Amino acid sequence: MEYNATEVAKKIAARWGNKPENIIEMMHDIQTELNYLPKDVLYEVSKFASVPISKIYNIATFYNAFSLKPKGKYKICVCMGTPCHALGAPRIVSALERELEIKCGDTTKDMKYSLEITGCVGTCGLAPVVVINEDLYGPVQVSGVQKLIKKYDSK
Amino acid sequence: MKNYRLQLMVCAGTACVSNHSLEIKEALEREIKNHNLENEAQVVQTGCNGFCGAGPILVVQPDGIFYQLLKVTDVKQIVEEHLIKGRPVKKLLYTPPEEKTPIPKLSDIPFFAEQTLIALRNRGLIDPENIDDYIARGGYKALAKVLTSMTPDEVLNEIKISGLRGRGGGGFPTGVKWESCKKAHGDEKYVICNADEGDPGAFMDRSIIEGDPHSVIEGMIIGAYAIENVKQGYIYVRMEYPLAIKRFQIAINQAREYGLLGQNIFDKGFDFDIEIRRGAGAFVCGESTALMASIEGKPGEPRAKYIHTVEKGLWDKPTCLNNVETWANVPQIILRGGKWFASIGTGDVSEDPWGGSKGTKVFSLAGKVNNTGLVEVPMGITLRDIIFRIGGGIRDGKKFKAVQTGGPSGGFIPESLIDLPVDYEELTKVGSMMGSGGMVVTDEDNCMVDMAKYFLAFTQAESCGKCIPCREGTKRMLDILEKITAGQGTEEDLVLLEELSNAIVESSLCALGGSAPNPVLTTLKYFRDEYEAHVKDKKCPAHICRQLNTYKINEKICLEIGHGCDVCKKYCPDGAIIGERKKVHYIDPAKCGKCGACYDVCNFNAIYIE
Ligand SMILES: Cc1cc2nc3c(=O)[nH]c(=O)nc-3n(C[C@H](O)[C@H](O)[C@H](O)COP(=O)(O)O)c2cc1C
Ligand code: SF4
Ligand code: SF4
Ligand code: SF4
Ligand code: FES
Repeated sequence: MEYNATEVAKKIAARWGNKPENIIEMMHDIQTELNYLPKDVLYEVSKFASVPISKIYNIATFYNAFSLKPKGKYKICVCMGTPCHALGAPRIVSALERELEIKCGDTTKDMKYSLEITGCVGTCGLAPVVVINEDLYGPVQVSGVQKLIKKYDSK
Repeated sequence: MKNYRLQLMVCAGTACVSNHSLEIKEALEREIKNHNLENEAQVVQTGCNGFCGAGPILVVQPDGIFYQLLKVTDVKQIVEEHLIKGRPVKKLLYTPPEEKTPIPKLSDIPFFAEQTLIALRNRGLIDPENIDDYIARGGYKALAKVLTSMTPDEVLNEIKISGLRGRGGGGFPTGVKWESCKKAHGDEKYVICNADEGDPGAFMDRSIIEGDPHSVIEGMIIGAYAIENVKQGYIYVRMEYPLAIKRFQIAINQAREYGLLGQNIFDKGFDFDIEIRRGAGAFVCGESTALMASIEGKPGEPRAKYIHTVEKGLWDKPTCLNNVETWANVPQIILRGGKWFASIGTGDVSEDPWGGSKGTKVFSLAGKVNNTGLVEVPMGITLRDIIFRIGGGIRDGKKFKAVQTGGPSGGFIPESLIDLPVDYEELTKVGSMMGSGGMVVTDEDNCMVDMAKYFLAFTQAESCGKCIPCREGTKRMLDILEKITAGQGTEEDLVLLEELSNAIVESSLCALGGSAPNPVLTTLKYFRDEYEAHVKDKKCPAHICRQLNTYKINEKICLEIGHGCDVCKKYCPDGAIIGERKKVHYIDPAKCGKCGACYDVCNFNAIYIE
């Protein structure tokens, strides 16, 4: 993705009043816009928000929501809340790993898919649940995984 | 407001939206227009109805006709049959499992009929993105009452009389908390709403926010008024809930427009505003001190509790933190009186605020029950009533095994205790806790050792690492549980698990570590036979722990039905499957790594677990 680090950082920091205490919100916005936290943007936002870069990295590694590595175009999250686990989510993860030929936590070489697990997404009535970017699917069955991915293959 | 003959309430909670309820809404609007019914029928999008397993849901008011599992293609029929000819479409109505006659009315469906709604009183009845709907149902009336006719002390007193206790976990009496914050020194104080809802399997707070955000906002304004010197409030919402965040923001903006937030509210010289802060995927941030650190823009590490947050909380100022559901109860208590609230539930709180559990509690019922969804019930109801009457019993006629309450801090409650009344003290007595209201039902196909391992893995991953007992202790426990589920456990391991549990409970800094061993302790207590089967017989009775399974191929099915399709061989990572297309396949037990892939991929169910 093409972006100008200074521009992005400046715009987002200003949205949050350049206040150091709002650094986590700024990082959310950077990630929403660029899909991960690029190093150059973090260095720029560090200046605009007056937060030391070491602290920003500390936050980025503490919170699970942040990623310092680029993610695939489609981020596949398998819900690992209790109901989803009880209804077979681990088998869904194995099926996706087989289908995408990557391990959970990794991204395919063509940068199309990332596979990860997530905490309860709050729709346990549909367990087991898989979220792909903004789309939520459930109940997902092992036998339906292939078809689910096919939907995105052609996109 | 215009009067319509019919109102079509389309559920637009996360679960229903993901099943295309918004497309159903559009289709309804289109069909209504095609039949020139725009002046008779109105389509309204509501928050979560709570009956998530039956979504997408449509309720036709004023008769309360309940449609479930809708598809866009059903819409035409509903409009032509029901709206025009007045005949509800039978096949789209709810029919209880194992029965034949459908129940047309929402209020007659057992799932809804047995509930008592306070926090969820507006569910399915209002458009959460429209403040006028909330006001039409008596919203902001409590705030008006407070600002025009009550002193802050009177408000506080009403909350104390009600016996309301925190709905976020610990069950701390809300009146006592407000009072301490009120008494704390300082002319700059904060109120916060905890909407981090981290317990995996809990979605009460999401539903309240998505369905009725103003009830939380109104509660917070009333709290700020009662505590005094509070000008700013925060709502801390987990980022996994984008729809809740959006609805909260819309609600805040509308409340500001109406002069209910901001400067000089109701012209009473009272200023108060609210901002949203997003969580960032750390469970520990639900803990009060970690949450406040996170709002301050720091990593969410808890601090020792000897300094109370009501005295030194956010930015070291006195801060009152309450859960979403706690706040949502406040307006109703003010309107209907603390005495009314205290008349529901167990025990007596007139002398001792910890003397009983009052009002209702919202539970998210999930797992192996027929009716998954949100239920609000009076305190003191039995687990049996929740799971079997409201929840409709166990799916697929299976046998109930245990119910998990309280999330990673809670425990598993076995069938022998199913008549336990649900209140704070009773649940704690049996080794579990109320927690925030997650209720996960397990059946005979679930392995209790696996479930305990699941929770330990969760808390271990979420431990912030600040103190050693929690960081290292949970890791040791997880190692042992992994050993047991892989068939390498010994009987000494069970003793060691108990010892480690007790050490962690005693010496952890915050409640995350302090309660992490509960799932292990309760399963050891009530399901020791399952641990022993893993340890002594090297078997997982529920066939969940794969390393203890033996996978075999039914030759007849493989050949005659599957025609030796060869799929399993492709997926076997260990080259353990012998055979070729159109021929019988076998598994070589010496090579099989027991990953279970073949079992999952065989489309003919030819592979079984011995
Ligand atoms: C690890 C941990 C996680 C917690 N998560 C939540 C949560 O997600 N939501 C919540 O309301 N309370 C949570 N709590 C409880 C809060 O610390 C706090 O007690 C509660 O929000 C106070 O509000 P209440 O008195 O209205 O229940 C958590 C506590 C701990 C120790
Ligand atoms: S008990 Fe665990 S989560 Fe709590 S402070 Fe200690 S290490 Fe962190
Ligand atoms: S369980 Fe796994 S290793 Fe064993 S035969 Fe099946 S696919 Fe191969
Ligand atoms: S996948 Fe099933 S049917 Fe096909 S060869 Fe393997 S065991 Fe036989
Ligand atoms: S556990 Fe998966 S949505 Fe709640």
